[in-house]
Amino acid sequence: MRIRVNGHERDVAARTLAALLEELEYGDQLVATALNRDFVRAKDRVETPLRENDSVEIVAPKQGG
Amino acid sequence: MDDALTLYDVMLDSRLLLGTARYPSPAILAQAIRAAKTQIVTVSLRREAGGSRGGESFWTLIRESGARVLPNTAGCRTVKEAVTTAQMAREVFGTDWIKLEVIGDEDTLQPDVFGLVEAARILVGDGFCVFPYMTEDLVVAEKLLDAGCRVLMPWAAPIGSGRGINNIFGLRSLRAHFPQTPLVVDAGLGAPSHAAAVMELGYDAVLLNTAVSRAGDPVAMARAFALGVNAGRAAFLAKPMTPRDFARPSTPVIGRAFDEGAA
Repeated sequence: MRIRVNGHERDVAARTLAALLEELEYGDQLVATALNRDFVRAKDRVETPLRENDSVEIVAPKQGG
Repeated sequence: MDDALTLYDVMLDSRLLLGTARYPSPAILAQAIRAAKTQIVTVSLRREAGGSRGGESFWTLIRESGARVLPNTAGCRTVKEAVTTAQMAREVFGTDWIKLEVIGDEDTLQPDVFGLVEAARILVGDGFCVFPYMTEDLVVAEKLLDAGCRVLMPWAAPIGSGRGINNIFGLRSLRAHFPQTPLVVDAGLGAPSHAAAVMELGYDAVLLNTAVSRAGDPVAMARAFALGVNAGRAAFLAKPMTPRDFARPSTPVIGRAFDEGAA
């Protein structure tokens, strides 16, 4: 399935957001997620399905002003 | 805390809020936070790849500093982006506080005040404590308060410009119109004298980043800004004299030697 992850097109096998994080080796990294510009809570990732052409954002703490 | 600052029911000794971006190294950032004696630092969220631990090591450094975090929505250009970013920040950083930025112009990074008000209303409704990055516009301020903001953060000048106060009349007017609202000048300060000037106007606090992080010695500059903020606040409380157009002798005139006209 082809989706966008952090702005890049990629083919993935994962069918849920949780599975995607596992496939992309996020492990226990502290990240937040959004699917098609909507926030998805960490506890909802397991039940959040991915579909063709979805756009996923995976973000982590960073320095800011 | 004789002169504590209260932001969203949190009492603070420090009136200097510090950004965490663009320091030469994490160690210098940590030292600058200590030197500034700041109790609030701003942070953000950015894309991270699987297997990277950069975000986590930064977050550990911030937690060890003991400062409270104020996540931002820096770079967001739409209401939707800002709201989603705020929601992601709340989960990652574990705080309802959000520095709300909705950028409307690329050259000046001027806020899109229409989007700002709309996003503020949505986020307040979702339980956030919103710190809106705004211009010094009185009507925008009124609408942000109507939306439920309890702190306002007008700019002094464009982000990262270091120009100091661009519109002193605007900032003075804003202070006068909203005497009870905590007002924090955010953005555009370049030198401790700018921070002191803002505080002398009666502003409650200042937020800055680049002026410290890009200084030749960020740690020393953090200390200097802390002094500037404290000096400005002390001066405001001491009620500065009113400026005059003409001179008035400070030394008594009566009794001056050689004064032929006096008895």
